[in-house]
Amino acid sequence: MITPSSLPELRDAVLSAPRVIAVGAETKPRLSAVEAVKISTRQLSGITEYEPSEFTFTALAGTPVKNIIAALAEKGQYLPFDPMLVEAGSTLGGVVASGLSGPGRFRYGGVRDFILGVRFVDGMGRLLRLGGKVVKNAAGFDVPKFLVGSLGRFGVIGEVTFKVFPRRESTLTLQMPFEAERMARIANSRFEADALDVLPGGEKMLVRLAGPGKALEVLAKEIGGEIIDNAIWNEIRETRWNFKTDLTPDQITDFKAAHVSCCGNVAFSHTPPTRGMTLRGEFPLWIGGRSRFAIEGAVKQALDPQNRLPTLDD
Amino acid sequence: MLSAVHEGRADTPVRSSEAAGRSVRSPLDRFAAILPPDRILMRPVELAAYESDGLTAFRTRPLAVVVPETADEVIAIVRLCHELKLPFVARGSGTSLSGGSLPIAEGIVIALNRLNRILKLNPQQRIAVVEPGVINTQVTTAAAPFGLHYAPDPSSQSICTIGGNVAFNSGGAHCLKYGMTANHILGIKAVLGTGEVVEWGGGSRERLGPDWCGLFTGNEGLFGIALEITLQLLPKAECFHTVLAGYRTLEQAGDAVSAVIASGLLPGAIEIMDALALEAAVAAVHAEYPPGCEAVLIVELEGPREVVAIERERLDAILAASAPVEMRPARDAEERFAIWKGRKSAFSAVGRLSPDFIVQDGVVPRRKLGEALRRIAEMARESNIRVANVFHAGDGNLHPLILFDGREEGALHRAESLAGRILKMCVEMGGSITGEHGIGVEKRECLPDMFTADEIDCMQRLRAAFDPLGIANPGKMFPGKEAPALSHVGLHPLEKAGLISRE
Repeated sequence: MITPSSLPELRDAVLSAPRVIAVGAETKPRLSAVEAVKISTRQLSGITEYEPSEFTFTALAGTPVKNIIAALAEKGQYLPFDPMLVEAGSTLGGVVASGLSGPGRFRYGGVRDFILGVRFVDGMGRLLRLGGKVVKNAAGFDVPKFLVGSLGRFGVIGEVTFKVFPRRESTLTLQMPFEAERMARIANSRFEADALDVLPGGEKMLVRLAGPGKALEVLAKEIGGEIIDNAIWNEIRETRWNFKTDLTPDQITDFKAAHVSCCGNVAFSHTPPTRGMTLRGEFPLWIGGRSRFAIEGAVKQALDPQNRLPTLDD
Repeated sequence: MLSAVHEGRADTPVRSSEAAGRSVRSPLDRFAAILPPDRILMRPVELAAYESDGLTAFRTRPLAVVVPETADEVIAIVRLCHELKLPFVARGSGTSLSGGSLPIAEGIVIALNRLNRILKLNPQQRIAVVEPGVINTQVTTAAAPFGLHYAPDPSSQSICTIGGNVAFNSGGAHCLKYGMTANHILGIKAVLGTGEVVEWGGGSRERLGPDWCGLFTGNEGLFGIALEITLQLLPKAECFHTVLAGYRTLEQAGDAVSAVIASGLLPGAIEIMDALALEAAVAAVHAEYPPGCEAVLIVELEGPREVVAIERERLDAILAASAPVEMRPARDAEERFAIWKGRKSAFSAVGRLSPDFIVQDGVVPRRKLGEALRRIAEMARESNIRVANVFHAGDGNLHPLILFDGREEGALHRAESLAGRILKMCVEMGGSITGEHGIGVEKRECLPDMFTADEIDCMQRLRAAFDPLGIANPGKMFPGKEAPALSHVGLHPLEKAGLISRE
């Protein structure tokens, strides 16, 4: 394990072995369970820039998300993609590399929708900054987005810039029996739900509302269901799920055993799904195969010609 | 003088049907196996409409324009281009403001307007699958009966295509809250410069593995052509609260924006127009603004009525405390429409103040907006050029409109040079050389202001992975290649007609 404490050291670390993989807090251990020298981002930690008035911050890859959430909360802001495994210690770099978003991604989008820029080391040991540091930017190819979910296979993330939002005054959680039609109706409604999840078993669904407290009470009455403690979302986020699957709402019934988040767009489960990705445990990384195109190899060659980083199949 | 447009170039190829029987066949003849003759345009009169795009200062006549009607035809065309090593430029409605769809003299234009089908609209899942030639607003029109809409709203949305939006990651007035085009793309089927057909993502809002759709969106046509695009739709906001406030100074308007941002509100849009832009809007659409204002601010809240009812009180209090000359909340949909009409027409309206203008597109950190505007005004004075400012204040996205008269010797170059200085300033302030128009042809030389040689090399390596022959929209984004000739300038015909505006 190499533990660089600066971005130049991170670059040296990438060049120091024929095959390397970056790890953060290893809260999704299967993603980095490959034959490679591990580079820990543990000492690459800290918020390097935070401008509340810009709705942006920049932090080193190893920064625990928990610290970021606390710093943002002090200024009344939050990460709308609702990061998971926060208490478990997940790092910002790990969030990007894993592409894991929490239930709140329903309202404004996931990790990919809030990343603005990245500094990363490519397979040739070059420290590169792509994307930008402002909330709007269309210059150059969007490599920051590409690195979301890239599992550290195309470059080693050193520092990331994110967009953030002002925190809503309050949140309110409703629980009600799951019915696909009702869920779609709420998702398409004027309510602007913040999260819409189906609990394992497929019997109950949760609706989270966010905004001024007085307004939420009125909306909650109209939506119906039972108001429950918001703490349930912490449980969902902090659960060490073994698998993640992307799906569409019409497939919810196939994922009864799973926790289905984002209005039927992602499933988290403990037992192996028919297809998906393994986050922890001894299963293959990809379950049920994945689509492969020649361009994947070509892009890998472009960013990491010596295969210093593992491939998506390793 | 700037090199003129070639009229009836000597080597203009003739129609494939007419060429049959000749001993030397044009490589373009091979397209006859893919498309009927009436969809292969080669006569100067047919090509004229494709010589330029929204950046009218550039003009190049391509060898031919091909007009496919199906994705399979596009794939066959790209594969043939690959075989022939023939450069191609994909084009939708040609509204690019960075010259992104400027043709290549030794290549063809692939006009995608006829791939204009909405293939699927699933209101339950809030997604639409469209072909690249579908017009931006058509998506919202199709989704409206279900209470849904497609969020990205570039000002050219009534004619620009989704394919072009994807290629350039188009923005609009609602980006702070809802992001740009890339944030609404769930899936892409595309043919790459290699001829490979790929399908990434699909109906799900989640994905496993790297974000290929994210990488492809904003590729400026350098990776390939999107054939089918899965879009995320959002429920239409139930209720809006739109306020127009006039200020004595730009600085006061900027301070008001800071106060709104600091309050914790998240408006759907925050826009500012300066005095010259206001003058233009008044002349063009008879918009009425509070008199004696150097700046007008537009702030819009949206959401469920119960939420807006609470937030509007906060917003109105913040704005009232920001020393406006006058505050005008829209009382109904009609008044809201009028406010936006004035705003969205501002660009083309500037055409009434000046025979020609350049629309610039830079980004600065929001807190530096005031400083940026002061410096733009200084630079404009030094250059003796008038600059109108319209901008998305919420995300620091400036759109200086640089006015000039193209008939004046050297005026275009002076305007371009001022534009370049403004962009450099944006980078110095920690911003970007483009918020939503892309690099295209126009800003190629600015790319090194923002990225190091290694970073540009990295992007070029990526480009080469998607398009090793360099046939997909060559000459865009990267500096160094021979610049195309600047020529005629002036308003786009549709802009003159008031049908579109640049932004």
